[in-house]
Amino acid sequence: MPDRPAIWNFLLGRLSLSSLPLDNMLVVWTFVVVALGGAVVLGAVTYFRKWNYLWTEWFTSVDHKKLGVMYMVLGTVMLFRGFADAMLMRGQQAIAFGSNMGYLPPHHYDQIFTAHGAIMIFFVAMAYIVGLMNFVVPLQIGARDVAFPFLNNFSFWLTASGVVLFMVSLFIGDFSHAGWLGMPPVSELQQSPGPGVDYYIWGLQLSGLGTLLTGINFVATILKMRAPGMTLMKMPMFTWTSLCTSGLIVVTFPILTATLLLLSLDRYIGTHFFTTGFGGNVMMYVNLIWVWGHPEVYILILPMFGIYSEIVPTFSGKRLFGYSSMVYATASIMLLSYLVWLHHFFTMGSGADVNSFFALTTMMISIPTGVKIFNWLFTMYRGRVHFTVPMLWTMGFLFTFTIGGMTGVMLAVAPADFLLHNSLFLIAHFHNVIIGGVVFGAFAGVNYWFPKAFGFRLDEFWGKLSFWFWQIGFWVAFGPLYVLGLMGVTRRLSHFTDPSLQIWFIIAAFGAFLILLGILSFVVQIYVSIRRRDELAVGNDPWGARTLEWSTSSPPPPYNFAFIPRVYDRDAWTDMKKHGYQRPLQGFNDIHMPRNTAAGMLLAALGTIFGFAMVWYIWWLAIVSFVALIASAIAHTFNYNRDTHISAQDVAQFEQHTGNWEPKAKGATA
Amino acid sequence: MSVKRLRGLLLLMPALLLSGCNLVLLHPAGDVARQQSELMIASVIIMSLIIVPVLVATFVIAWRYRASNKSAEYDPEWDHSTQLELVVWAAPLLIIIVLGAMTWIGTHQLDPYRQLTRIGEGRPVAADVKPLEVEVVSLNWKWLFFYPQYGIATVNELAAPVDMPIHFKLTSTETMNSFFIPSLAGQIYTMPGMQTVLHAVINKPGDFDGFSANYSGHGFTDMRFRFHGLSEQEFGQWVAKVRADGGDLDTHAFDQLNQPSRAEPVHYYAHFDADLFHRILNQCVDPQQMCMDKMMAIDAKGGHAMHGKSTDDAMSADSSMTAPAHDAATH
Amino acid sequence: MNTIAIDTDHSEPRDFLCLKEEHPHNGTLLGFWLYLMSDCFIFAALFACIAVFGTSYAGGPSARDVFDLPGLAVNTALLLISSVTFGFAMLEMARERKRAMLAWLAVSGVLAACFVGLEIHEFVTMIADGAGPGRSAFLSSFFTLVGTHGLHVTVGVLWLIVLMVQLGKHGLTEANRRRLMCLSMFWHFLDLVWVGVFSYVYLVGVLR
Repeated sequence: MPDRPAIWNFLLGRLSLSSLPLDNMLVVWTFVVVALGGAVVLGAVTYFRKWNYLWTEWFTSVDHKKLGVMYMVLGTVMLFRGFADAMLMRGQQAIAFGSNMGYLPPHHYDQIFTAHGAIMIFFVAMAYIVGLMNFVVPLQIGARDVAFPFLNNFSFWLTASGVVLFMVSLFIGDFSHAGWLGMPPVSELQQSPGPGVDYYIWGLQLSGLGTLLTGINFVATILKMRAPGMTLMKMPMFTWTSLCTSGLIVVTFPILTATLLLLSLDRYIGTHFFTTGFGGNVMMYVNLIWVWGHPEVYILILPMFGIYSEIVPTFSGKRLFGYSSMVYATASIMLLSYLVWLHHFFTMGSGADVNSFFALTTMMISIPTGVKIFNWLFTMYRGRVHFTVPMLWTMGFLFTFTIGGMTGVMLAVAPADFLLHNSLFLIAHFHNVIIGGVVFGAFAGVNYWFPKAFGFRLDEFWGKLSFWFWQIGFWVAFGPLYVLGLMGVTRRLSHFTDPSLQIWFIIAAFGAFLILLGILSFVVQIYVSIRRRDELAVGNDPWGARTLEWSTSSPPPPYNFAFIPRVYDRDAWTDMKKHGYQRPLQGFNDIHMPRNTAAGMLLAALGTIFGFAMVWYIWWLAIVSFVALIASAIAHTFNYNRDTHISAQDVAQFEQHTGNWEPKAKGATA
Repeated sequence: MSVKRLRGLLLLMPALLLSGCNLVLLHPAGDVARQQSELMIASVIIMSLIIVPVLVATFVIAWRYRASNKSAEYDPEWDHSTQLELVVWAAPLLIIIVLGAMTWIGTHQLDPYRQLTRIGEGRPVAADVKPLEVEVVSLNWKWLFFYPQYGIATVNELAAPVDMPIHFKLTSTETMNSFFIPSLAGQIYTMPGMQTVLHAVINKPGDFDGFSANYSGHGFTDMRFRFHGLSEQEFGQWVAKVRADGGDLDTHAFDQLNQPSRAEPVHYYAHFDADLFHRILNQCVDPQQMCMDKMMAIDAKGGHAMHGKSTDDAMSADSSMTAPAHDAATH
Repeated sequence: MNTIAIDTDHSEPRDFLCLKEEHPHNGTLLGFWLYLMSDCFIFAALFACIAVFGTSYAGGPSARDVFDLPGLAVNTALLLISSVTFGFAMLEMARERKRAMLAWLAVSGVLAACFVGLEIHEFVTMIADGAGPGRSAFLSSFFTLVGTHGLHVTVGVLWLIVLMVQLGKHGLTEANRRRLMCLSMFWHFLDLVWVGVFSYVYLVGVLR
């Protein structure tokens, strides 16, 4: 506690002026830029009188489509933050050789790689997959919303709460320096007495709860709300992968919650789970966190497999090859992902039998993954492949991910892992699969479903430019890391002595710069497309796609479907088109829809305050916000009136005046 | 410059760069690392059997069935072929069976806990050879090495005779690190309160890099040491030098050493308490702390009672065994 | 942009829309069940701690020293009986007898509250005896697992009170029935977890 009158310690806990990193010019300037940027955005919203619109149409919305879009915006904002961290690291490693210590002292560098990893996984990759799932899944299964629309809104705001705590840590106090998994003993109180690890814990607890609720929501939605006729084996692949991912979330995120709870008990009340003395054991944390952590990477990649499985058939003008193989492959990846966690620490010395077991289960995952790759190839085979932007990202994925998969199996060969563990080779590998699989998939998905969400396509030129910058930039940035890994260079180093390494780090930094151009191209792509939206306007089915979401107007009406569709075939929309389906223009019924609510945002805001108070030991505020949180939650349950009606007239109005139900693109249907 | 020549140059550049750098993991100087490296290379070759055709097929199929190629066959309803799907499941399965068998055998043969049976290809360990014992401690942020057979200890410098099996026992004081000399053998974690084991041998004389391969805090970057592979005679001279220059590593000196420090220079010690490593391992260098092995022995007998209603009077009689007093030390 | 030739086949007209309003199946019970399953994994992680740290007494008190089995029997009986009385409440709900149902709910709530009270008493006694959660990894695991369960029961009691108010206000509406079903699942789930805690933490702990 700072040395000052007790009343201040009571009011502010351990927060004081010296908690502000005013001595770090890098942080100060970042703050200035962020504050100015924030002021401009807030000012613009005020100037254009958009607060009311944002509040009623977006923040309080329980519409899965809008929440999906908000997740994507959140993910993109955090991509900038996470990527800024990446650029800082690449810059530091490119210059910090010999007597040059670079511009990041270790304690700052350590926070940056921690923040980079945690943000990219929790707030970029997770936000993107949850966003895409939100937007697409209900449409794809012919539902009007998710099973629990209010929870869906609450989940989003919980994720945003985590983001707020992570961002606040940049300017008030510091952030964890214990790596993205917060490994003890570095994350224990003795070695991290500051607020950094606490920011990490509470940020992840809040957003983790949000993710868990999303998982429950989507399992229930997919199992309970599919259109009549859509049996499990007629579900679109993206829905299947979303189901598997949501199932994995339900069984793994609680373990993250429990593990972080144990770590916080160690830190707050002095228990001895992961301490050195008193019977605690560090490896318990390592095991628990990876029991969550490994399935987590499949939580990320499975939906992306689903996206590719939608894109390849659409742009090959062909049914997906080996649908049931794909389903079984997805399910077996889901099951196997729970049996491989120990491959993250073969070098713990757990013995040859244990290591062999986990090495083999890990390798087995490559079988269903390989099956998927083959099936995508056979889907293109005898097709008519259109190299649109989503398809380009898919091709880039096939090429990049296959190689990433190979280096992954190399790491699974336990004896080889003793050499490669924690090396830059490992870093190159997981970026290879996460960028090549998840990021490419997210961009493919955004380019693919954007016209559905907004009624106009994204600009092709800037999209292709973004793709090529990313694709080439990726190899220029991470190819050198593979080489450095084979030179025996380990991860998380902030300074080097061997000058022969420097050229590789410089190349890698240049690659990161190319990726930056890729990200900027994406931003320009969005901007240009919005400017040219009239030119790029498309019909409801611009790609000649095959699943139900394309049977609605673009953007879809709030209720998605005036009549719930009936499904006869896996490619339900292709089937409808084939049978000359005509959209009805009358005979509508009233539609029940959930009402918008600010409760989710309020609860999450209280949660954020609680988290902040806990980080700074401001106990009174923690108690007050916690009690307020419980009270608000209870008060919310007294509201029984959560539905609203869209009258048949309004539906008719909408159906008759918006949306061109026949695709504009020539020849998409005969 | 023509485009072709430029392209050639671009392709050549990585090759030139690669030839200039030392890919130590591909040709290490120690037998264990070499076998691990061979397994790694073998796995790449085996996987290439399937990866390369897939990569080629990706481009061939995408190009052949491009939309503008109207001469290519088009069969929009073709979505299933039992034979093909069998192949699709079987091909990766076969590769994984081969790779899995290789891994299983390799993992057992190269288990770091397993005593070496060879010091090189076709060179079994002679029956009368006693391995060099080295006890390794990772401190914040430096490495301490004990040579119990020679009664010496060093900081941030390690040496071993060429072709002599080395038996490492490793632990850590506070943080988790990973002991890694890429030229010698694969890494192994050092963990507080736990002991790991590594068997290795260096086959070439030389001066090699060693470091921690597991992030352990702010000083981690500088947690490096030199590993010298020496001839038998040079090793004898090195031991003599350490003896001559070395100081005394008593409890006090150890406490000093245990203070966090970065880029610690090399230290030599000619004397240390015979049980120092044991006490470090059991977290009881401070004599007021109960050693963990003792504590575990008590726990195994049902723990230490409270209020003297002990189940084992012999245990509770020893007052030094009451719990460490600083329960709230972490507050 | 796509030039896919699809045969338009009018020969077999299909009914592609549900022209009558379809009421989607209610997913609340499934959703709540999923939540309980996820909660299982939190408890699984805490049970794993007991499995690993079950004898890590750090030279301190062991399970035999700190556990009061007779008191525990009372505790267990309270919780198990509260499950039975909750079952009676659900039966009364099925018979539409609101007052009887509320009475049984109140009994269940009181029993669970007594359970929590006894548990707090146990904790306080242990901490006063120097066997607090900071004493050893074993005690850390014990307090966390049992405490987490106790916290769940507390939440259950709070929920029960809120729901009784709502039942009094709105009666046995569909929404309230659904909520009561969820609480019932929660109640029995906590009972099941307690059976695990009782046998694995207390009995095995003492026998070990």
